[in-house]
Amino acid sequence: MWARPKQLKLRGIIGMNRRNIRYIGRYNSRRLYPLVDDKLKTKLLAEKHGITTPALIGTVSTQFGVKALGRMIAGHPGFVIKPAKGSGGKGILVIEQVDGESFIKPSGARLSIEDLHRHVSNILSGLYSLGGTPDVAMIEGLINFDEKLSEYTYEGVPDIRVIIFRGYPVMAMMRLSTAASDGKANLHQGAVGVGLDIATGTAVRGVQFDRTRRDHPDTGHELASLRIPDWSNLLELAAGCYEMTGLGYLGTDMVIDRNRGPMLRELNARPGLAIQMANGEGLRARLDLVEKQPEGVGVRERVAFSQRHFARHGELKELPEPVLAEASLST
Amino acid sequence: MSRLPFYLIVGLLMVLGIGTSLHRHIQMEVPWTPGEQRQIWEVEAIVDFTALGDPVRVDLALPSHQRGYRILTENTASPGYGLSFLQDERSRRAQWSIRSATGSQQLYYSVRLQVTEDRRQQQMVRPPLREISWERPYDTAAAQVIERAWMRSADPYTFTRELIRDFGEDRQGENARLLLTQFERTPLLVRLLNQAGVHAREVSGLMLEDGRRRQALTSWIMVFEDEQNWTLFNPRTADQGQPDNLLLWETGGRAVLEVQGGTNSRVTFSMLSRNQPAAAAVRSQLADDTLLNFSIHSLPLEEQALFQTILLIPIGALVVVFLRIIVGIKTSGTFMPVLIALAFIQTTLPTGMIGFLLIVAVGLVIRNYLSYLNLLLVARVSAVIITVIAIISLFSVLSYRVGLNAGLTITFFPMIILAWTIERMSILWEEEGPKEVLIQGGGSLITAILAYLAMNNPWIRHLTFNFLGVQLIIMSLILLLGNYTGYRLLELRRFKPVTED
Repeated sequence: MWARPKQLKLRGIIGMNRRNIRYIGRYNSRRLYPLVDDKLKTKLLAEKHGITTPALIGTVSTQFGVKALGRMIAGHPGFVIKPAKGSGGKGILVIEQVDGESFIKPSGARLSIEDLHRHVSNILSGLYSLGGTPDVAMIEGLINFDEKLSEYTYEGVPDIRVIIFRGYPVMAMMRLSTAASDGKANLHQGAVGVGLDIATGTAVRGVQFDRTRRDHPDTGHELASLRIPDWSNLLELAAGCYEMTGLGYLGTDMVIDRNRGPMLRELNARPGLAIQMANGEGLRARLDLVEKQPEGVGVRERVAFSQRHFARHGELKELPEPVLAEASLST
Repeated sequence: MSRLPFYLIVGLLMVLGIGTSLHRHIQMEVPWTPGEQRQIWEVEAIVDFTALGDPVRVDLALPSHQRGYRILTENTASPGYGLSFLQDERSRRAQWSIRSATGSQQLYYSVRLQVTEDRRQQQMVRPPLREISWERPYDTAAAQVIERAWMRSADPYTFTRELIRDFGEDRQGENARLLLTQFERTPLLVRLLNQAGVHAREVSGLMLEDGRRRQALTSWIMVFEDEQNWTLFNPRTADQGQPDNLLLWETGGRAVLEVQGGTNSRVTFSMLSRNQPAAAAVRSQLADDTLLNFSIHSLPLEEQALFQTILLIPIGALVVVFLRIIVGIKTSGTFMPVLIALAFIQTTLPTGMIGFLLIVAVGLVIRNYLSYLNLLLVARVSAVIITVIAIISLFSVLSYRVGLNAGLTITFFPMIILAWTIERMSILWEEEGPKEVLIQGGGSLITAILAYLAMNNPWIRHLTFNFLGVQLIIMSLILLLGNYTGYRLLELRRFKPVTED
């Protein structure tokens, strides 16, 4: 029922207090938070830094602008309407198909253009934003996620959370939505978390409700064979978010598009600790190692460093044992 | 980044806190524990009136040594007024006078009383029987009421009891109701007693309750069995005998306050109980002015009573900080539990808990409906505030009608905080489901109960009020807790599965 603090310490598990004081408090400056709390700002910033994000079709920021929605979405086969400051997936409307005058949701429900107008208007008045502040609606292109990954998830696009510490990817997991999580990718709501090997992007282990899982509860597909395509590229994109935001301790949520490859979906300045459960390993040792590295290392070198040092032992025997001093030489 | 300044500040606060506390203990002989010492009551009477510009004379009855209470010191504050104390065999009075005064006036009289073990009854002069005459039709009503009580009684005490009961809610007859339309209850009862040949007089007393402010005197009836023996009756309930916490203020059968040259006069009382060694109680007067004696005890009594509560808030905050950082309990709203705990102190725990759950539950249902109306946040919370006030009024009236006076204390809940709690819980319900509401709501309630238990502890109350240094110690503890990077207790459970392979 209860673990002893010593056991957790031995495994390098990090608690809330340590995360808040040592990492978020020390490496994340408050004034940078707006960059990640507003998805539109994040997106524009990402475009400036050459980080791929889902295509932006347009934004609506005023109530009279709502009328222009029809022109904006004309010609797009599918799109997503979301609030810029929404949290927990609230207010996200996915239109998978456009059939003449009606818009079809993934569940098959048909909506009219008036329904879309009302949804956008609700977003603008702050119905979905934290604290009810006025918001902006973003219309994004649909993500065509990789067919190979679709067996691992139930509704919703699976996303990959990578913790970036001082620009180094330190730990990653894939979040698979389930029927229990109602299509949402939040672990505490019942999504399955699959720890990913930083070196290869293959599954390490899966958890649901903090308990080990070998298969997806809804599709029944086993998780061990999961392998993320284009893994190094994804890590480099994620690691680049450090230069982009200046936040030292960052959670990046990545998605993989069939045609455009890995993309940044959103950023989180206060990423949770459940990733440790999904990996069966604490963050402490990795963070300590990264803290010893000097500033000013390029993205590619940082990712290579992480892949070399944070590989799971036993799964990648051919790689040499980590050498701590090496990274400082490479600068 | 050096943590040295941090530890220096914490150390400094700790040393200062302990130092001043020790100084107070050794120099002022303030005990560490509340129990062992004599209880002292400080009672302050404030006379308010509006002067009309003419000569003013204010006459206020004063308490005397009596069973259970001994007067230690008396003080008055009345700038510009002449003052004299008058004493005769029946009562003591203070008389303030001034040639001319205009506008709102305030006169203070404060007395320190030591609680004594003396249980002997004090001697009272028996009042003579007054000639009573009634107008028609009250004479027959009075006669009938007396006749009825007389038949069912054996002596003055039982007669008084029966008489008061005949004026009580459940036994009130037609005659009693008729008499009550014309006369006030207590003077009326005294008249009837006198008419029946029972020596009695109306006296005024103060119910002593710690930390009360703006209290008024209550009237009691003193009934004499013979020349020496007497007892008190409560004219509202017919209870016989003097409650331990009743301080008799005026026993001569005169008015408590008489003001000439002013209008709108009234007298209110504040009181505070404190435990002090009897020696220090006498000495504290002399040593009051040095700087190190800086203490809230030099403030007027009314402000002191307020401070007694304010000084407890850091204790509540400490409990919250501890539960969140060390234990890891989630609460809805960081310091909302402290405010709820403060309300619990006023309402007592069971009433408070029932009240809290009722308000939040009903509030959630109504807030749920409001969410269909699609309102902006500020308007919605304002609507919830009004709803909470409506719920509180409704429950107060309902519980009063049912006969539960405890229900009235529900008004002590901080309404705006409750409204925010309801709003936050409601959003939580929509976003995370009822389980999370239960976790956070339960966490808040547990935190509030623990904070209440800590804040209501007599020993802690004693320490925080008498040793201001304790505040510095709490401050340093909170700073230390804010620096804790270890695991939370509940995380030991959360991360348990990681250790299992």
